[in-house]
Amino acid sequence: MKLTVWTYEGPPHVGAMRVATAMKGLHYVLHAPQGDTYADLLFTMIERRNHRPPVTYTTFQARDLGSDTATLFKQSCQEAVDRFDPRAIIVGASCTAELIQDDPAGLAETMGLSIPVIPLELPSYQRKENFGADETFYQIVKHLARPQDRSARVTCNILGPTALGFRHRDDVEEITGLLSDLGIDVNVVAPLGATPADIALLPAAHFNVLLSPETGESAARWLEKTHSQPFTKIVPIGVGATRDFIAEVATITGLPCKPDESRLRMPWWSRSVDSTYLTGKRVFIFGDGTHVAAHARIARDEMGFEVVGIGCYNREMARPIRALAKEYGVEALISDDYLEVEQTIEALSPEMILGTQMERHIGKRLGIPCAVISAPVHVQDYPARYSPQVGFEGANVIFDTLIHPLVMGLEEHLLTMFRDDFEFHDDAGPSHHGGKAKAKVEEVVDDTPQHSGDNIIWLGDAEKELKKIPFFVRGKARRNTETYAAQMGLNQISLDTLYEAKAHYAR
Amino acid sequence: MNVPMPPANGGCRSAPVLKERGQREVFCGLTGIIWLHRKMQDAFFLVVGSRTCAHLLQSAAGVMIFAEPRFGTAILEESDLAGLADAHEELDREVARLLERRPDIRQLFLVGSCPSEVIKIDLSRAAERLSQVHAPHVRVLNYSGSGIETTFTQGEDACLASMVPVLKDTADRELLIVGALPDVVEDQMMGLLADLGIGPVRLLPARRIDDTTAVGPNTVFALTQPFLGDTHAALERRGARHIAAPFPFGDEGTTAWLRAIATEFGVNEATFEAVTAAPRARARKAIAQASEALRGKSVFFFPDSQLEIPLARFLTRECGMTAVEVGSPYIHDALHGPDLDLLPAGPQISEGQDVDKQLERARAARPDLTVCGLGLANPLEAEGLSTKWAIELVFTPVHFYEQAGDLAGLFSRPLHRKSVLQLEAAE
Repeated sequence: MKLTVWTYEGPPHVGAMRVATAMKGLHYVLHAPQGDTYADLLFTMIERRNHRPPVTYTTFQARDLGSDTATLFKQSCQEAVDRFDPRAIIVGASCTAELIQDDPAGLAETMGLSIPVIPLELPSYQRKENFGADETFYQIVKHLARPQDRSARVTCNILGPTALGFRHRDDVEEITGLLSDLGIDVNVVAPLGATPADIALLPAAHFNVLLSPETGESAARWLEKTHSQPFTKIVPIGVGATRDFIAEVATITGLPCKPDESRLRMPWWSRSVDSTYLTGKRVFIFGDGTHVAAHARIARDEMGFEVVGIGCYNREMARPIRALAKEYGVEALISDDYLEVEQTIEALSPEMILGTQMERHIGKRLGIPCAVISAPVHVQDYPARYSPQVGFEGANVIFDTLIHPLVMGLEEHLLTMFRDDFEFHDDAGPSHHGGKAKAKVEEVVDDTPQHSGDNIIWLGDAEKELKKIPFFVRGKARRNTETYAAQMGLNQISLDTLYEAKAHYAR
Repeated sequence: MNVPMPPANGGCRSAPVLKERGQREVFCGLTGIIWLHRKMQDAFFLVVGSRTCAHLLQSAAGVMIFAEPRFGTAILEESDLAGLADAHEELDREVARLLERRPDIRQLFLVGSCPSEVIKIDLSRAAERLSQVHAPHVRVLNYSGSGIETTFTQGEDACLASMVPVLKDTADRELLIVGALPDVVEDQMMGLLADLGIGPVRLLPARRIDDTTAVGPNTVFALTQPFLGDTHAALERRGARHIAAPFPFGDEGTTAWLRAIATEFGVNEATFEAVTAAPRARARKAIAQASEALRGKSVFFFPDSQLEIPLARFLTRECGMTAVEVGSPYIHDALHGPDLDLLPAGPQISEGQDVDKQLERARAARPDLTVCGLGLANPLEAEGLSTKWAIELVFTPVHFYEQAGDLAGLFSRPLHRKSVLQLEAAE
């Protein structure tokens, strides 16, 4: 038993949902109690998907436990197949269903369905979300991939992008363009956008690009072993890693692989003088192993930061991250304990955090700027704009991402110069961020005496009530009430006046 | 005067109810922790559950505002499943560690989950044992928020019901108000009751453990939330008597709710008028403004929080909407009856859910506004239906007069937004 406040990863069946939701023509029948449907909103709200995830939950209740949950599973499974007409289904159990041992896989197999039924064994009390996605994708590939001849042209598959992945949508587009530039066609992208029929075609490719090791490595290894497809080991995040990736592809394919670097702006942006102020900024890097490794290199070699600590939450990547930490002369933090990560950051007191949505909260609490570089992320990290992480455009995007939370070079200089100015005080924060500076102004308003400018007096009750309104709308409420009082010719604001005004402005 | 008129075509109390069971697109009762831990500021909620429970709590509300919130999950691991004796020892250890780090905690709720219920970890025994260990500083109680037993807001019901047996005894005639409300709303309510001359008024849940909530045979109680069926039963077992009334949403609901209490306490008509006239007029004015966009429009409720029936009553009677279907996870006549009496006949009343079948009905009806959970909202918007996320109705201050306009505003906002966006290609 382990006390957890926040988690970096969901349970493994959420990983399976990420694969199912990424694909087309695949349905997931999940033996699960009421409430597990919460996971749908990860996709519909955080990622803004306009379809429900293709998941049918059996929704068993306490009263079913004494009777027949197995029949309930079979019913749900049959209804899902009839209603959604999938080309293949995956079946499995969430944490609670695992305990009642109904064996969804065995049950589904006895149903005589005419489509492939892929059973999932995802141990909920040992493993987590990334494992669930990786294992699910592996099982799908193992069940559906068919031996066949290689394509005439040099082609590759792109493996690993899922639903709810960090910038996977744009990474697929960017890397497809890069490969096309190198004269390589993409055979299949999977799981994102793939149908079960596409999965069957995977062995036609000459090699695999492993875009996301967290969610695609088992499948890549199996394809290497079973279908002799080599896979790339370098994830092309950052300028150096992208160039190394291109060299790796050249070695695998024997093609010359001369990329077009005309759109790569990051090296100049980093060399230009405004970036002087980035030099030696002390950064702490935390996230999934793949993104942390990539960002350690970017931070030190391409941004000129000083890396004061790195770590990852997925134990599967503990070994490479420990080795990397040694190379950087820092301690590796391998932990999914949010409070431990917070303590580490507090102790190291970096000037910036490159982390996940969780570290953004830590940064907010400790007053340290944070750029989000890895899942788990929140709705604001699914941008409408094209915003890849991989390849040359990815390098440009990352430069912007990393400097955005910071005060710009020239601005930092001015802030030091005008340190004593009330608007330029140290706590004012970067000029392109509204939040913090505004909060300060609000506090100043709070401290003013109860007389407002127009000689309107706030009575005790009304003033007390006003303080209960959240600070970020309190200023507006105060102004509206005073305007209203002035219009009404009142010189005192009572509790009733406050609410009269509220009703007056209600919309 | 001011007694709500039953609808001319009859209400919905005796209307046939469509009962369905199948896939339910709802939260489990653990979700209630998100507002309960803010309300009870000296309480900690420890879920004994799985990674799924922890993931739900942080995903459902996106509440990662606090570095260390007053809730957490003791995640069961493989070793805990092997032997139950171990699980209790582990729990004792985690609780001791937690209370040592958080000396401000005065009440600890052990919250059961689906896995803890299935493997039958006896949390009531654990609560008793831990209460003895940590008394008198900390009181340890337990309830279940599991999805196999509770739907969304039933978690608050289970929590409050678990507190009833340990409330102090009283022989005094007191009014007990039951249901967690935002502080600002609770203060308004207390102000209204004080102005009516009603007292003493006690609250469940109280903001802190030391507050003086008590119960006894002379206690009368009113519910502010329509999902407190078990708490209602537990209070009756302690001898308290329920004041049945429509729920205090909108001008009419708030007035009817206050009137039921005023009548119980013999408040005269003149006083009632004097206290309620001004806020009622404000509520009406605010509703009139905020509901302009709602008049003549149809609404379809998916089951979510059990607030559906009182809200449908508000929208149909005070905002001029027509209800197509009003779905509720559970319908409890003693609680929902007064609202059903006032809800004009016509809508399909449904209880429980088979989500795919209900979606088919919504698509066929094409309501102007669909009230549903977060998992369904964007998919329905993509199909051209306007939606209101049901969870906002639970998290936002919406009770009583001064919030009546805001409540109407929550429903009109999606329609208003649809009318202002000009995103289609120019002809």
